[in-house]
Amino acid sequence: MSIDKQADGMFGAKGTGDTSGYGGLVRQAANFGSSERPYGSYFDEVADDLERAYPEFSDAIERVVVDRGELTLHVKREKLVEVAFILRDKLKFEMCMGVNGVHYPEQTGRELHAVYPLLSMSKNQRIRLEVSVPDADAHIPSVVEVWAGNNWHERETYDMFGIIFDGHPGLTRILMPDDWEGHPQRKDYSLGGIAIEYKGATTPPPSERRSYK
Amino acid sequence: MTTFDPYAPSRDTTEGKVFSVTGGDWDALTQEIGAAKEERVVVNMGPQHPSTHGVLRLVLELEGETVTEARCGIGYLHTGIEKNMEYRSWTQGTTFVTRMDYLSPLHNETAYCLAVEKLLGITNDVPERATVIRVMMMELNRISSHMVALGTGALELGAMGPMFFAFRDRETVLEIFEMITGLRMNMAYVRPGGVAQDLPDGALTKIREGVKLMRKNFKDNATLLIGNSIWMKRTQGIGYLDLAGCTTLGITGPVLRATGMPWDLRKLQPYCGYENYNFDVVTADTCDVYGRFLIRMNELEQSLRIIEQCADKLEKLEGAPVMVADKKIAWPAQLALGGDGLGNSLDHIRQIMGTSMESLIHHFKLVTEGFHVPAGQAYVAIESPRGELGASVVSDGGTKPYRVHFREPSFNNLQSTAAMSEGGMVADIIGAVASIDPVMGGVDR
Repeated sequence: MSIDKQADGMFGAKGTGDTSGYGGLVRQAANFGSSERPYGSYFDEVADDLERAYPEFSDAIERVVVDRGELTLHVKREKLVEVAFILRDKLKFEMCMGVNGVHYPEQTGRELHAVYPLLSMSKNQRIRLEVSVPDADAHIPSVVEVWAGNNWHERETYDMFGIIFDGHPGLTRILMPDDWEGHPQRKDYSLGGIAIEYKGATTPPPSERRSYK
Repeated sequence: MTTFDPYAPSRDTTEGKVFSVTGGDWDALTQEIGAAKEERVVVNMGPQHPSTHGVLRLVLELEGETVTEARCGIGYLHTGIEKNMEYRSWTQGTTFVTRMDYLSPLHNETAYCLAVEKLLGITNDVPERATVIRVMMMELNRISSHMVALGTGALELGAMGPMFFAFRDRETVLEIFEMITGLRMNMAYVRPGGVAQDLPDGALTKIREGVKLMRKNFKDNATLLIGNSIWMKRTQGIGYLDLAGCTTLGITGPVLRATGMPWDLRKLQPYCGYENYNFDVVTADTCDVYGRFLIRMNELEQSLRIIEQCADKLEKLEGAPVMVADKKIAWPAQLALGGDGLGNSLDHIRQIMGTSMESLIHHFKLVTEGFHVPAGQAYVAIESPRGELGASVVSDGGTKPYRVHFREPSFNNLQSTAAMSEGGMVADIIGAVASIDPVMGGVDR
């Protein structure tokens, strides 16, 4: 994962006076590149096994990131289902613990990420798959045919982020009402809320309050 | 076409004529349906129905009393907890997650805090006393959660007595929670770096008495239900789901263990030092509602064993810290109970207001701004009473979560409703859903 965002000033809300004197502070963006071998733990074994079982490994896997004791394989979306089948059948990752989206508006061309935590019960291992797609073409092939349990998780991610999972048996909203407009977990979707007035003083809704970044 | 009937209007669709029955006099309807060759009934069970475990809506297609299709409608309790957390500090996040699965608040808090601690890189700095308290509170919570699963599950199948016993025993746990955290549920007690405050005087005595009492009381429900012929008939062979079904649907927890698979994260991927406790993983091999019921009954005793070991450890760790030593993360004040409720201790206020300007600044900064969490993402899974509860937490390096997502076992496991109940009787769907033990607050978040 990478956070390409550069932070300016101390407070998140715009339009209110930053009286801290630290308005000019700039926090540099952190960026994680691909990790170098050896990855440590069982991660080398997983990467080796996958490379052996899947000849197109270098083409399909964009990056391998090891951070905080967790292995993340960044997969091209066109190859996701192929990789998923091999991980399930050859590498014994029998369970997918769902999918969740993350919206990075600053990462032009790959704003929407889908993250799949995988679990191998027979080897007692965990890895993570990550797929990133552009906002303008938010399509990811569905893995419901690989792990049927991802059905509702993909519906939730569609509902919350607007990522369309191609090939899903029934991609409809699941948590929000069917006629809801917008996808609430996206960063450009405001939290909403109304100002509260109490004894003459007004407290703005949480998204508009002056707050630290 | 007969005359318009306000209680059973009909319309033509691609699937044939559809009648929407709402109530009143059905004479006209039965006359008209009598002519039709095919009869399919679609029934909405819930979201306001006493047997669907909260606001779960089941859309059932029936042929006679046989369920041909079962679909779940969820989202009635969606409160946007994950979105709201992006606008609060990391510490305030515990106040939100505790309200998701309201029957296991301490598991939610611990999963979230373990993920935040992993991002902060302080997993090994959390004091041992705090970790032992977390384990003890989680196991107490497992008991109170299983008590609701057993009590309401039995009630939904028509057994009144078990409900009374279960809620009596749950009360024992909730009283302990109230003594330690001040609240019976939604306590926001586990915080990044440790727990909110140390155990009050007399807590261990109360816990030991509670364990003794519960061990005796649990026998009531066991004698009432295990081997009871009516209970067996309503639960044995019902809601069948085998290991292959569980694996492909991502099912964990008691439903998975009822297939004979001894999968328990506390044993296999230990967190919070679970490897240092003696307990057994309970399994059954029946794949049905009865097996899941037996697992929950037997897990109660295992939780009691862990709680006793925690109490022994806590006795030895008397006076040890319960919050990480790093003052950039730890809440600046020890909370204390005053005349107007729980708040900052008066000693601390005296210090920051009267003696130390630096302490005042530090307190102000940490409480209003919070702490920065290094950028990255973490996934932490723990064994909640319902299965794998996973916290996916993403930080952009700021003082607020960038994205928090919970892999809720209730949400995932509820998908198995169709596999468990299609082809069975409509009365058995109640038992099947009860055996999944979904908590809608967790499903919808």
